[in-house]
Amino acid sequence: MDLFKRIFGKKAGAGAPPDGVKTAPLDPTTVTRALVKPLQGRILVGMAQSVGIERTHNEDSLFVLQGNAAGLETLPEFGLYIVADGMGGHRSGEVASSVSVRSVARRLCEDSILHLLSIDPLADAIPLQDLMRIALEEANQAVVDRVPGGGTTLTAVLHLGHQITLGHVGDSRAYVLKDGEVRTITRDHSLVKRLEELGQLRPEEAEVHPQRNVLYRAIGQGANLEVDVFSLPIPRDAFLLLCSDGLWGVVPDQEIRRIVTTSENPQAACERLVDSANAAGGPDNISAVLISFPPE
Amino acid sequence: MRRTTRALPNKTGETDQLGLLQPGVTLQDRYLVLGVLGSGGMSSVYKGRDLHFPNVTKLVAVKEMINMAADPTMYEMVVRNFEREADLLATLSHPAIPRIYDYFTHESSSYLVMEFIEGRDLERLLHETDDFLSEEKAITWAVELCDVLTYLHGHQPQPVIFRDMKPSNVMIDQHGHIRLIDFGIARVFQPGQKGTMIGTEGYSPPEQYRGEASPAGDIYALGATLHHLLTRRDPRAEPPFSFSERPIRQINPHVSPELESVVNAALAYDPKERFASSESFKAALLSAAKQTGILVSPQKSTALKLPSDVQELWSFECEDEIRGSPTIHRGILYVGCYDNNLYALDAKRGTFLWKYPTEGGIPTRPAAHEDIVYVASEDHRLHAVSADQGKLVWTYLAEGPIRSSPTLHEGYVFFGCDDAHLHVVNMMNGRRAWRAEAAGPIRSTPLVVDERVYYGCETGDFYCVDFRGEVKWRFRAKRSVASSPIMVEGILYFGSMDWTLYALEAEGGYQIWRFRMGRPTISSPAYAEGKLFTGCADGNIYAIDARNNRELWRFQTEHQVTGSPVVHEDSIFCGSVDGSMYCLDLRSGRKRWTYRTGGPITGTPTIAEGTIYFGSTDHHVYALLT
Repeated sequence: MDLFKRIFGKKAGAGAPPDGVKTAPLDPTTVTRALVKPLQGRILVGMAQSVGIERTHNEDSLFVLQGNAAGLETLPEFGLYIVADGMGGHRSGEVASSVSVRSVARRLCEDSILHLLSIDPLADAIPLQDLMRIALEEANQAVVDRVPGGGTTLTAVLHLGHQITLGHVGDSRAYVLKDGEVRTITRDHSLVKRLEELGQLRPEEAEVHPQRNVLYRAIGQGANLEVDVFSLPIPRDAFLLLCSDGLWGVVPDQEIRRIVTTSENPQAACERLVDSANAAGGPDNISAVLISFPPE
Repeated sequence: MRRTTRALPNKTGETDQLGLLQPGVTLQDRYLVLGVLGSGGMSSVYKGRDLHFPNVTKLVAVKEMINMAADPTMYEMVVRNFEREADLLATLSHPAIPRIYDYFTHESSSYLVMEFIEGRDLERLLHETDDFLSEEKAITWAVELCDVLTYLHGHQPQPVIFRDMKPSNVMIDQHGHIRLIDFGIARVFQPGQKGTMIGTEGYSPPEQYRGEASPAGDIYALGATLHHLLTRRDPRAEPPFSFSERPIRQINPHVSPELESVVNAALAYDPKERFASSESFKAALLSAAKQTGILVSPQKSTALKLPSDVQELWSFECEDEIRGSPTIHRGILYVGCYDNNLYALDAKRGTFLWKYPTEGGIPTRPAAHEDIVYVASEDHRLHAVSADQGKLVWTYLAEGPIRSSPTLHEGYVFFGCDDAHLHVVNMMNGRRAWRAEAAGPIRSTPLVVDERVYYGCETGDFYCVDFRGEVKWRFRAKRSVASSPIMVEGILYFGSMDWTLYALEAEGGYQIWRFRMGRPTISSPAYAEGKLFTGCADGNIYAIDARNNRELWRFQTEHQVTGSPVVHEDSIFCGSVDGSMYCLDLRSGRKRWTYRTGGPITGTPTIAEGTIYFGSTDHHVYALLT
């Protein structure tokens, strides 16, 4: 009994019948209401992908890992979300994106998430931004070594506690949708975007520029990769969207916002986003990950 | 792979796995290969000897075209380009352009035999040095490069556009003069079918991406090359056309404003806004050199002493050193001194109001709330005295000297002590509410946010405890943390004696980044406009991008910086052990003024109503108008 008390005493104490007294079974709905704390305030994640209409290969890769723990005060919420859009002849695009995603996910899981689960938290940890940079550099090396001629964009978000740390190369994007606003938090490493930023190209010119798909940074393009790495507080009462250019290049920002805010949940939103890109012609592979963060 | 099918007459197995010619191979019975000078994607360059001169060693550079193109059209194009380079070089004659001796094709490879240049290219020079290039050298070489561009752009019948100006294409020969190498090939951009990628050149002008090649493009690329030389920031590692985001003098303050503006003009996005010709570029360089005196005397310092814009409002002399920091409350300045007294001075006039004696030195900053001033002393006590008259209200006795400044929060005083505890004391009656144990003395000022207390310890441990004193998490730096943490957007920032500034996620203590400095630090960081500022025992005041720990600028003082910087409007204020208070522009780190005192400044200034207040170990409290 002592053991039982120890195990169940705290949470189920009210429900444990006193010795020798028979009780009628409880109505399950009552039990739920009485004993289970509502899980509002949870992070919800959706993801969807499509090869599109015009392409025969899917060169995009997605990765989602989301962790919650209850009852353990010291274990924070965590998550790892990655979008990669591969490019290169033959099958090298799809190989490049999947190799990179695996490489980044493995490194970040090992050195941040597994580290988090270890009993001794004092072991010397690599700073998260350094870790993110190392993870993307390793992915770069893996693609250079294994997938000659291949390359990929990669946008990774590591969520730990109250902060997210982003690693970004290429022109996949991360958006924050909050209070009816859509804000791109990554910077496209594309030539036309750069020329547009400098006022050398107008947005409408950029849309039809022959070099609009030319990136000046991508994973798999040589030894010295410069990675954008930064951290932000988690966006409260807001959405974080990661997507490839098959979505953002086709569906306007305001339409993305409308779909995200009118969908029942992040999964439904991702599916509708992908449908919407296909309805607009689906010229490229489409990938979307949507994370909804609750209010504080 | 055409490379592997090649065979030289009578000689086989002369290439290694990479397809490079081995030393000892002779080409055309005339050029003996001595070694590899370099190899890139399309070509390799060998050091060779011309055997037609048997009595002397005449060295040559042999450039071999490696044609990897599988597509026949591409293959032809590569060959044509190589021939074009040979033809072009044959028609050029300029001291800065290598002479061409021979051109031949053998099997599927083509060779160009050129003058061998003894020296280093600028890229290698940058790699092999750590310091900034002197302005004098940069200008000298830039002027020579302008000369050769003028020759090329004025070439008859057709102007020659070099199109590939960058440090690796500029050699410095054994006489210290520049030589332009690799008249290779203008870049041919692939049309951007979906999925195509190119690397950026980093030095090419924006219009080159529209297919335009003009003298203005070479001027831009020379500007880009100079920017790289002066800042040591490789443009290939940065977004294209982002030079203006890396102002030269922000990175290398030794460069004169004159030279900076010449380089900026060459780097204008619009070709029309650049120099009209390489002659006018040269003229501007020469005029900059004259203004800064470089042409007259090369070693003359360009630093000018600016008249100090700062005015002393008052100063007040105590009986011993002031190592702590002042606080202003209701028009009164409170400061602790090593004569054991807490002084109260009229902030406007600097007149003495009262002093309160403790029994130990005061290395901390007093805290004031309503009618009471709280001051921690090395006499093991926290003293609460009336703000208007300095009358004792209560004292709280700890078990060791107190060198952590008190933090006031919702009716409680939080402070650390050398007795290895964080103490929390009721502000009204001086009774202890609770205390939390640490692994060693606590000298950093506790930060209290959202029912969490954050503080560092002399063992290097950094704690986050809740209001019951329970440790929520602990982070371990390698050496002591005497620096006091600040929190911005959920991230904690503090320095350590292990030479590092840390950024930790406040909820779980995860390290977001760390920034390594040249020595230990006990300075507490300040934050403004996305930047962190901190002092360090290496003598620098650093500005760091809070988002990604990039160094934005650093300012070198003449001694250790143990005090903490303070931000006010667009300036930062920080004292140094060299005895001076510095005022710097927070965006560029440029010095606005300095104010010299008679002893090291170890504390942190306080700013109120346009006046900066600080103490010095010369026994004085200073009030300066900013």
